[in-house]
Amino acid sequence: MKLGILINEGPYQHQASDTALQYVKAALKKGHEIYRVFFYNDGVNNATRLATPPQDDRNITKEWSSLAKDHGIDLVVCVAAAQRRGILDKGEAERNGKDSDNIEDGFRISGLGQLVEAGIQADRLITFGD
Amino acid sequence: MNMLHTINKSPFENSTASSCLKLCTKDSSILFIEDGVISVMKSTKFSETIENALKEFKMYVLKPDLEARGLPLNNVIEGVEIVGYEEFVDLTTEHKTVQSWL
Repeated sequence: MKLGILINEGPYQHQASDTALQYVKAALKKGHEIYRVFFYNDGVNNATRLATPPQDDRNITKEWSSLAKDHGIDLVVCVAAAQRRGILDKGEAERNGKDSDNIEDGFRISGLGQLVEAGIQADRLITFGD
Repeated sequence: MNMLHTINKSPFENSTASSCLKLCTKDSSILFIEDGVISVMKSTKFSETIENALKEFKMYVLKPDLEARGLPLNNVIEGVEIVGYEEFVDLTTEHKTVQSWL
């Protein structure tokens, strides 16, 4: 089955992203396809590669990134939510005159249409939030 | 409609659990996750609500979230099924839609 995931909360602030990560791992193990993971509102904070949690703690951003790499998962960050919170890819940084980007590998910035499309194309859309 | 409801809040924190139980239709199932797992503990003010609702709905609780909070599995109300993440995935695919109460 094709599954779409929506994450509305940032890492370490709320359990939403951890729960979603465990859910996605279990779904992949069972042979389901993750059509897309959409990061919205504070969920965009999952995408910063500048976060450096303590070494004995989980690195949620890296876990998403490596999961995306290993399984070809589309990780999409909402552009409007990202701009408000300082999450930038190279193009957005240049367009807004910023000195650097900070998006982790495997994530891409796009619009809310990608969430709508995931809702249409996936068999189920599951929301994780506060 | 056959729907899975997920509840991630304690019933002592806000009213999502009681709202969900009031509004969901007969063939719905309810999965308690995150802080929602406290809802299905025995001998609380909320236990009776769960026990009554069990006559109408199937209920599930996520084991890793019980364990993370130190809540003993033998204190889960009888009739509530204890599940892992793989069963969580099955529940979402077996039901037509998923409603996350946030």
